[in-house]
Amino acid sequence: MATQLKDTRITQSLPQGSVSWPLPPRVRPELPNHDKATLESYLASAPLDEVDIADPLWWETDTNHVYFRRLREEAPVFFTHVNSNRHRGFWNVTRWNDIMAVDTNHQVFSSEAMLGGITLFDMDPDFIMPMFIAMDPPKHDVQRKAVNPIVSGQNLASYEELIRSRTCEVLDSLPRGEAFDWVDKVSIELTSRMLATLFGWPQERRRMLTYWSDVSTSDPELPGNPGKEERQGILLGMLQEFTMLWNERVNSEPTGDLVSMLAHNPATRNMPPMEFMGNLVLLIVGGNDTTRNSISGGLYFLNKNPGEYAKLKANHGLVENMVSEIIRYQTPLAHMRRTALQDTVLGGQLIHKGDKVVMWYSSANRDDTVLDRPDEFIIDRARARQHMSFGFGIHRCVGNRLAELQLKILWEEILKRFDHIEVLEEPERVPSAFVRGYKSMMVRIPA
Amino acid sequence: MVKIIYVEHNGARHEVNVPEGENLMEGAVQNNVPGIDGDCGGNAACATCHCYIPEAWQALTGERSELEDSMIELADTAMPNSRLACQIKASAALDGMEVHMPATQH
Ligand code: HEM
Ligand code: FES
Repeated sequence: MATQLKDTRITQSLPQGSVSWPLPPRVRPELPNHDKATLESYLASAPLDEVDIADPLWWETDTNHVYFRRLREEAPVFFTHVNSNRHRGFWNVTRWNDIMAVDTNHQVFSSEAMLGGITLFDMDPDFIMPMFIAMDPPKHDVQRKAVNPIVSGQNLASYEELIRSRTCEVLDSLPRGEAFDWVDKVSIELTSRMLATLFGWPQERRRMLTYWSDVSTSDPELPGNPGKEERQGILLGMLQEFTMLWNERVNSEPTGDLVSMLAHNPATRNMPPMEFMGNLVLLIVGGNDTTRNSISGGLYFLNKNPGEYAKLKANHGLVENMVSEIIRYQTPLAHMRRTALQDTVLGGQLIHKGDKVVMWYSSANRDDTVLDRPDEFIIDRARARQHMSFGFGIHRCVGNRLAELQLKILWEEILKRFDHIEVLEEPERVPSAFVRGYKSMMVRIPA
Repeated sequence: MVKIIYVEHNGARHEVNVPEGENLMEGAVQNNVPGIDGDCGGNAACATCHCYIPEAWQALTGERSELEDSMIELADTAMPNSRLACQIKASAALDGMEVHMPATQH
């Protein structure tokens, strides 16, 4: 029988399998209201071990930074036990250097799906799609190397024209002088067109890719989202469609898209179907939310920082540097998670074998012991490429150059067309401690 | 100061004086040599300072560490003489060395 955990000094994740579905209700502090100011002042003074920073509340309201600043200063490697009957308890790693130590030590800190994978909440053990982001070497390395050439160097250059023409189409279709949702009309529209282009997927069905990506990262607990079993069904449907596409491509001449390349490359041609699919899903999801939210975030930050917007308008040559700064400031994936394979010491804390270790990239990107004025958005920041948003070590984002290229083209084309794009109100944020992003953001382009 | 010649993939040469003890990624970045990014700040954790060391200099630049080796082996452009520039420190013995770069970093 599970007994209530009263001991607040527990610093060890509960064993795998100790959390069962549906999850027990979440414990939340009792607060007069959920206004941003109230939440921030709570986080600024609450006992550190009273807070469950995995609660979507802190992300939907963008208040989590207050807590992370305290952790970086007072308790940089800190165990969260509140609500461990939901998430088994986890270590928060909040400083740049400690995260670097975890990210570069894959021998001790595993990404393995069977141990729970790479997000704070464990992968659904009944529905594991093998993908290399959630594998350790040697298998990870083999599969990553198969995908790598598709999104690196020369091959990327060959996509540039296509990406540019899709970007122009989308921008040219935008309304002038009226309010519209930038997330839907630009961020989602562009990423779905780009995904369809990259995969050789029919353009008219491009929103299916967005839908599948959203479903695979959605929280089955939230009202309106598909439940656990419905979610499995939807994703299996996706696997089926991609199998058809694969079968088509493998039997015809190479067409230059991702599916065709994988189907014709000797290194990937014989991948077991589920594994091939897992990796396709990884490419769809990996490149979707992240890029989408960087597209929205960039415009939001420029509006919040008119001086930076003015700098950009005066010097279009800053686009490339700004793209890195946008990706840092947004940190589209707030964390990656590992599982300790053995007892180890990190930042003076004893981590036990089996513990969940959460690397908060969003916190490292605000670590002022490593970065200069990290709370500010500075488009001509020196060494802007030095940020944590793509992770480090063997799992470092393989799509980073593609993401940067997409954003660079977008901003080049925006600057050619629009003198100004105005954000009309605070955007609505995604309630997730993993995907840091926006549901909607109303804007207007002057007529 | 140690003279290092960074050679881009297209053959462009950049002769730079790197202070002794400084790593060769910093040597490139601080002198605005294109083609070496150094995203992780010199931790062998991003491989955006990937370079090739001519045979004559290999013994003097030492061996890849375990992490460096894993990072290099994941690159499309890995070769037996691949190194991460951030893991090589400038020393008098390296004076005059050429460091060659891949077409693109990833
Ligand atoms: C701004 C946009 C992006 C951000 C912030 C981002 C972030 C990340 C992060 C943090 C990781 C590290 C995972 C880990 O350490 O466990 C990662 C891995 C990965 N990303 Fe991205 N990503 C972006 C865009 C893309 C794009 C466009 C693609 C698709 C081509 C992509 C595909 C992948 C894949 C396949 C991996 C797994 C690499 C591995 O495990 O070796 N990402 N990404
Ligand atoms: S700077 Fe990152 S590996 Fe050398």
